[in-house]
Amino acid sequence: MRSIGAIIRSAPRLARSAAVIAAAAAFLSLPGGCGDAGGKGTAPDGRVVISYWEKWTGFEKDAMQAIVDDYNTSQSRVRVELLPVSDISQKVMLASAGGNPPDVAGLYSDDVFPYARRGALIPLDSLGALERVSKKDYLPVYWRQCEHFGMLWALPSTPTSIALHWNKKLFREAGLDPDRPPRTIAELDEMCDRLTVVELWRNGEMARVRYSELSEDERRKKDFRIVRLGFSPLEPGWWSPYWGLWFGGRIWDPETKTLTPDSKGDIEAFEWIRSFPERYGVDNIRSFDSSFGNFASPRNPFLSGKVAMELQGVWMHNFIEKYAPNMEWGAAPFPTKDGKGTVTVAESDVLAIPRGAKHPRDALDFILYVNRRKTMEKLCLLQRKFTPLRAVSPDFYARHPNPYIKMFRSLAESPGAYGTPPIPILNEYADGLEAAAERVFFMIDTPRDALEGVRKRFEKRLRQYYKRWAMVKDRRLEEWRRTR
Amino acid sequence: MTGMERRRLVLGLLFVSPCLIGLAVFTLYPLAASFYYSFCDYDILSEPLWVGTANYAEMLGDDLFWKSLYNTCFFAALFVPLSLVLSLLVAMLLNQAVKFRFLFRALFYLPALVPIVAGAMIWLWIYNGEYGLLNYALSRIGIRAPQWLADPAWTKPALVFMALWGVGNTIIIYLAALQDVPVQLYESAEIDGAGFWAKFRHVTIPMISPVIYFNLIMGIIGAMQIFTRPYIMMERGGPDNSALFYTIYIFQNAFRYSRMGYASAMAWTLFVAIVFLTWLGSKSASGKIHYEGR
Repeated sequence: MRSIGAIIRSAPRLARSAAVIAAAAAFLSLPGGCGDAGGKGTAPDGRVVISYWEKWTGFEKDAMQAIVDDYNTSQSRVRVELLPVSDISQKVMLASAGGNPPDVAGLYSDDVFPYARRGALIPLDSLGALERVSKKDYLPVYWRQCEHFGMLWALPSTPTSIALHWNKKLFREAGLDPDRPPRTIAELDEMCDRLTVVELWRNGEMARVRYSELSEDERRKKDFRIVRLGFSPLEPGWWSPYWGLWFGGRIWDPETKTLTPDSKGDIEAFEWIRSFPERYGVDNIRSFDSSFGNFASPRNPFLSGKVAMELQGVWMHNFIEKYAPNMEWGAAPFPTKDGKGTVTVAESDVLAIPRGAKHPRDALDFILYVNRRKTMEKLCLLQRKFTPLRAVSPDFYARHPNPYIKMFRSLAESPGAYGTPPIPILNEYADGLEAAAERVFFMIDTPRDALEGVRKRFEKRLRQYYKRWAMVKDRRLEEWRRTR
Repeated sequence: MTGMERRRLVLGLLFVSPCLIGLAVFTLYPLAASFYYSFCDYDILSEPLWVGTANYAEMLGDDLFWKSLYNTCFFAALFVPLSLVLSLLVAMLLNQAVKFRFLFRALFYLPALVPIVAGAMIWLWIYNGEYGLLNYALSRIGIRAPQWLADPAWTKPALVFMALWGVGNTIIIYLAALQDVPVQLYESAEIDGAGFWAKFRHVTIPMISPVIYFNLIMGIIGAMQIFTRPYIMMERGGPDNSALFYTIYIFQNAFRYSRMGYASAMAWTLFVAIVFLTWLGSKSASGKIHYEGR
């Protein structure tokens, strides 16, 4: 799920290529360590300087800068210096390997587990964090993603959850109630057929009709061009490894620590993915897909009205305001198979202290400052997210610009909120699942074959990982437990 | 060694030392280190753990490894011969005494000057299935063109076509070689009654054979290492991993999955494969190359 944050917030492809070169250069210079990431020591005014790398740019960075400024004026001992860094997960890892990481790193919640198990972070409890914050202060889904091996490795900064976004105008045009989103997958599919508009030749004339109005024969032939799609499970497709959740499936069994990509719910989800090309035609969808513009642009398919419903995160509101301010839209929990309960993927940005940081205690002090209720709410209001803390000020929602913010928060509070699973080989596994979803969507593979293939491939990798972990486990745990 | 000689040696070494140190630190050391890591389980942050030949053994059973190897060989097998023939053809045309010859030469070389990243971004648009220039042009002549970058069957041919657009450097090398062919050889051949084809076959080809050989070897090495264009255009290996090339898979393993050991083993395997192909190329060319000096 690395891709989500990266795609949304980060830099265009050009910058990414530059990052590749930078990463390669950093790799070459591993043994010597290079540059000066942290450890400037003290400023001319005698303050300790804390270097803080963060992924955000634009208004999200400005929001954090305001918090940093507040912190710097609130006391006279420490000065935090915020530096926006692209591809943060990679850079922090390389900087840590080089022995010169920042004091505070603004990572993603799905970085915490892999970083922790490689010994790349300093456990916050070893610095005394638990004397000042506790599990019960936070929504469980976010805390869970910071706590591994019985230790606390990071604290959340701003959280997200994802939900169905729909275009009310297009609903009205299709004769649907614009204020009544689908509640089950079956309803979503039915609405999708009504919202989908195609062009085809009828009696020698080009006609534009709704998919639901096509004749049986026309549906079978699929000789049409898609003008608008009600919904597509692969647009944007950032959560395609997780579709099973809405069907009662899991890709990971935390009890047995095994991969379960071909559980019943997952296969059902992938069969559902396959039903889209079966209805609308593989080539038709492919051709329609290639007309989409970049995510952060007015040509984004949802913002331009090419796709009527989309699974998106709490940040989508910001993009609607920026690129399609006149859009009439709504957000609601994404429908589940049986229509019972709600399901969401809840992730967050986190603050952590890389191993090798020069001033870990001062870094923790800053992280805890951000996690105070007042500070956190200011940050979340400026970044237009909800707070990950249990306690919420009475006027927080009233002051919030996103009309659906309460719904996003209640999704994250519900028992159906899933964080990134702590799978040691998550990146590879998620890539494999994404590729499998694509193979099913383009009808190269059947759902069962694709998912069984994923299980076989990654079971082997996971075994390899556990074998290696068994060799280093005791040494690592000892390293972590040592009080600093 | 006299004192003078020793002094000169030290001085000489001092002068070349930046180069030597650079070579040692930035090339030889990483090379040696990556060879060592290729026998380790190494995730950048933890200490490398010796695993013997496990990484190499894993490759054998890794479907994506074979897929990336297949993709790369497919690309090379299509691109290298095509680029050799096409650039020789263009070079011969550019070698004709026609008006505005300098202009044509500049025009054909121009694409080679476009930065790869910028070129890739332009081609993304040209290949766009819905709005792309190419499909628009093809639709005007009644061809229903494929989704170049979205259809697994077409991603590699699209990349080959795009790479052929930038063969300006090969053209220049051919052109220099063609201009070097002594005119008197053509004249004698003409007196002997040779036509265009006979002159090409018996004078031009032998005379430029070292350059053809050079371009072949460089072409193979370059094609096996294709990275930038597919990485920019289809970052994760394209539809159904059809554009997952060998170097891209190395990059994914190294920097996305933090599997430096496996990536190093893959890199060394590629190195051996390139050495083998180069050897094969030189073996098959031996005796067929005509060096003027000898």
